[in-house]
Amino acid sequence: MTTRVGVVTFPGSLDDGDARRAVKLAGAEPVALWHGDKDLHQVDAVILPGGFSYGDYLRCGAIARFSPVMETIIEGARAGLPVLGICNGFQVLCESHLLPGALTRNDHLHFICRDQRLRVESTATAWTRAFADGQEITVPLKNGEGGYVADERTLDELEAEGRVVFRYLDANPNGSRRDIAGITNPQGNVVGLMPHPEHAVESLTGPGTDGLGFFTSVVGVVGELVAR
Amino acid sequence: MSAHARVDTVKHAEVTPEAPQPWAELGLKEDEYARIREILGRRPTGAELAMYSVMWSEHCSYKSSKVHLAQFGEKAPATDALLVGIGENAGVVDIGQGYAVTFKVESHNHPSYIEPYQGAATGIGGIVRDILAMGARPVAVMDPLRFGAADHPDTRRVLPGVVAGIGGYGNCLGLPNIGGEVVFDPCYQGNPLVNALCVGVMRHEDIHLAKASGTGNRVILYGARTGGDGIGGVSVLASETFDDAGKPAKRPAVQVGDPFQEKLLIECTLEIFAEKLVAGIQDLGGAGLSCATSELASAGSGGMRIDLDAVPLRDSSLSPEEILMSESQERMCAVVAPENVERFLAVCAKWDVIATVIGAVTDGDRLEIHWRGEQIVDVPPRTVAHEGPVYRRPFARPAWQDALQADDPAGLPRPADGDELRDHVLAVASSPNQASKSWITDQYDRYVLGNTVLSQPEDSGMIRVDATTNLGVAIATDGNGRYAKLDPYTGAQLALAESYRNVAATGARPLAVTDCLNFGSPEDPAVMWQFAEATRGLADACQVLGTPVTGGNVSLYNQTGDAAIHPTPVVGVLGVIDDVTRRTPMAFATEGQLLHLLGDTADELGGSAWAQVVHGHLGGLPPRVDLERERLLAEILLAASRDGMIDAAHDLSDGGLVQAVVESCLKGGHGARLVVPDGLTPFTFLFSESAGRALVAVPRSEEVRFTDMCAARGLPTARVGVVTGEAVEVQGQFTLGLGELRAAVDATLPALFG
Repeated sequence: MTTRVGVVTFPGSLDDGDARRAVKLAGAEPVALWHGDKDLHQVDAVILPGGFSYGDYLRCGAIARFSPVMETIIEGARAGLPVLGICNGFQVLCESHLLPGALTRNDHLHFICRDQRLRVESTATAWTRAFADGQEITVPLKNGEGGYVADERTLDELEAEGRVVFRYLDANPNGSRRDIAGITNPQGNVVGLMPHPEHAVESLTGPGTDGLGFFTSVVGVVGELVAR
Repeated sequence: MSAHARVDTVKHAEVTPEAPQPWAELGLKEDEYARIREILGRRPTGAELAMYSVMWSEHCSYKSSKVHLAQFGEKAPATDALLVGIGENAGVVDIGQGYAVTFKVESHNHPSYIEPYQGAATGIGGIVRDILAMGARPVAVMDPLRFGAADHPDTRRVLPGVVAGIGGYGNCLGLPNIGGEVVFDPCYQGNPLVNALCVGVMRHEDIHLAKASGTGNRVILYGARTGGDGIGGVSVLASETFDDAGKPAKRPAVQVGDPFQEKLLIECTLEIFAEKLVAGIQDLGGAGLSCATSELASAGSGGMRIDLDAVPLRDSSLSPEEILMSESQERMCAVVAPENVERFLAVCAKWDVIATVIGAVTDGDRLEIHWRGEQIVDVPPRTVAHEGPVYRRPFARPAWQDALQADDPAGLPRPADGDELRDHVLAVASSPNQASKSWITDQYDRYVLGNTVLSQPEDSGMIRVDATTNLGVAIATDGNGRYAKLDPYTGAQLALAESYRNVAATGARPLAVTDCLNFGSPEDPAVMWQFAEATRGLADACQVLGTPVTGGNVSLYNQTGDAAIHPTPVVGVLGVIDDVTRRTPMAFATEGQLLHLLGDTADELGGSAWAQVVHGHLGGLPPRVDLERERLLAEILLAASRDGMIDAAHDLSDGGLVQAVVESCLKGGHGARLVVPDGLTPFTFLFSESAGRALVAVPRSEEVRFTDMCAARGLPTARVGVVTGEAVEVQGQFTLGLGELRAAVDATLPALFG
């Protein structure tokens, strides 16, 4: 059975099409989910894509968090549904309190778009199993508010529990605490990161294909769940 | 007294023929006002006057440029590629496989000087709606920019604002920014040029045109509410004219953008197209509702009746004149058959887009507008939209042109030895115009939509159109104001030649042209001569290269006092590539590949980057143009790309060969060793800006096949070096390490603006 991965479109979502393409290239079936529809249409996993949901005129992700579809996703995530938040999706996950901390304005105050090197710090999540521990990957980064912040205790906790999933290599692009690019929840089914793996799935249009691992990871995870 | 009683109705105008009217403050000339009275057979109402004044403005009516622009049609080369030509919102080009592409460049110069962020942001918004109105999904944007001196304090105000505005709007809209230009010159100090280009893709059958046909069809205004921003932005309005007691005395003339609203408008409009719910469509840009209603009505078969009270407002104190002139952003106007109205409104509701029926197509031939139960406009729409004044402005070659051309750069001191040559190479490469533009372009999203094959700093931006067949398009924009100042005719041709060459260098076949003609005041005969020469040059060159002008924009009055900008025709060329995986990048990425210089190098330094950077000099003649040579060069570049004979190509333009080598080496992370060919001095070899040239990297196994092909077709080639090491080395002259080069080239813009 093909894995069905839902990709939510909020008003102002921009990378929803890219996420659906990435899902397809990973061999799964992309399912478009609408922000106003609570029904997840029996998907096996959900991606919250990049963009500027509702214009992000308040805090990024602050409005999207209250959309009807998020009610079901939050419920599902707590029950183990694999959820990946990319960029704006990461911001939505933090606003939803599915992940701790918050994303703030880049320390240099500019939007930045560049090919970013990352280290995979944890492969014990639904979205990173296809990587090797410590693997270095390159995926595009593009955001204006990507500075990850949390209080020291939360940061220590994340480190101690192995929940820092990605760290920035080379120069820290946005002032994120402890070079954190992405984190997971204690169960490992919810992952949020600022860089965009869906833009690194074809060497023709991206810096390489390092991003594919995110999407093949979840296909494997779901496959095992089904088999069990 | 209520506002209602003050409205100037048609009836009132008929009985008060002598009432004084603010035509001069609205930018109309006395004879233009007289003509309006003659057309209407009475004095215009306040609302009619407002409409005529914005629609007859230079910006909307092209009244000074029209007679020259006609050449683009008269001299248009025969081509099968053009599906829609000049006159619509944008031209449409057939790229095969049932796909059509529409593209256009426009200016937003004046607003961007006054309010850089919003000016630049709404420039993107406006051009994107133009493309959308043709029925296409916008797929990419580009920004040709010109600023004053890089180290001038006001450039520090304008540039960061413009860049943030382009990024803030474009990034939030979800369109990749795939290229453009950034040029500094003191001549743009009070008149920065902020041009914006958008490209969109559609199927042939989806082309939509701006026309209102079918009696009884409804006119629907949808998108943002109408506010008081941008009133008279096109006609430079003194807004006190319409002041009622208690109203804000001044309305802001620069529009304020809301990219989120525009993103919804795009998705909503595309869904409306997909369900075939519109008979005609028009975006609201300059001149707002005045423009949309009069253009839709005059292009259709009937008249139109509009109820202005139905227009959703952000500010209930707006007068009808202000509603008609408002340039509030993110609005569109559609003509919809009655049976489709309900479905149309439902799609808008899905996207949270406000949509309102504001009128209907009538069987008459008048545009009639009503306000609070009374008629305030009753005009033949064509007289507003298309039959504005046309001027044959006097033009004359300026007296200083001869002296400028006589000031030949041959007299400038040239580098005496290898060390000095090295210094000059480093100085040019790290000068603001040649230095890395990453500080700017890294603020733009180039990845969104996932189809960006090439983006800045490549020779052209390239977008995949079809993921199954790998069909794609490439676009480049160029325009060298220094060349055009020395000789506007040649300068415009060089702009086209460079853009054409850039498209071909990436492996795409040039098909069509869009242009943004940025000039000073048309009331200055010298400027008008520059304009006449440039348009003539461009039209002639398009004819030879077989690339028709499909549309574009004219921006005049880029002038402070007597000081006009350099004449700056910015030319965008669109090309098609059947297989984007065969694209040719600019980077020297493979050690040992051979560098071939294609074309002829003469001692041509007039208007060059070297003359500017090293001597602050502008004089002499620009490089010679040979359009047949450009065409041959393009054919060679395409054939070599298709047959896998070259791995990299870079056009030669500002800064000459050495600048191209520096850029390709830095991009690829490999050095190059160059050998000066016989017959050229090292200086000329490195810095001459002769046109019709490109540098290519050829795998050793392909060299014979490649040079045989060039010889057979008559294109001169010379092996000038090899990709090797970690430095740019000119044998017997100097060595410049990539580390030192990169540090210098990367540091310039951050040091100025970071």
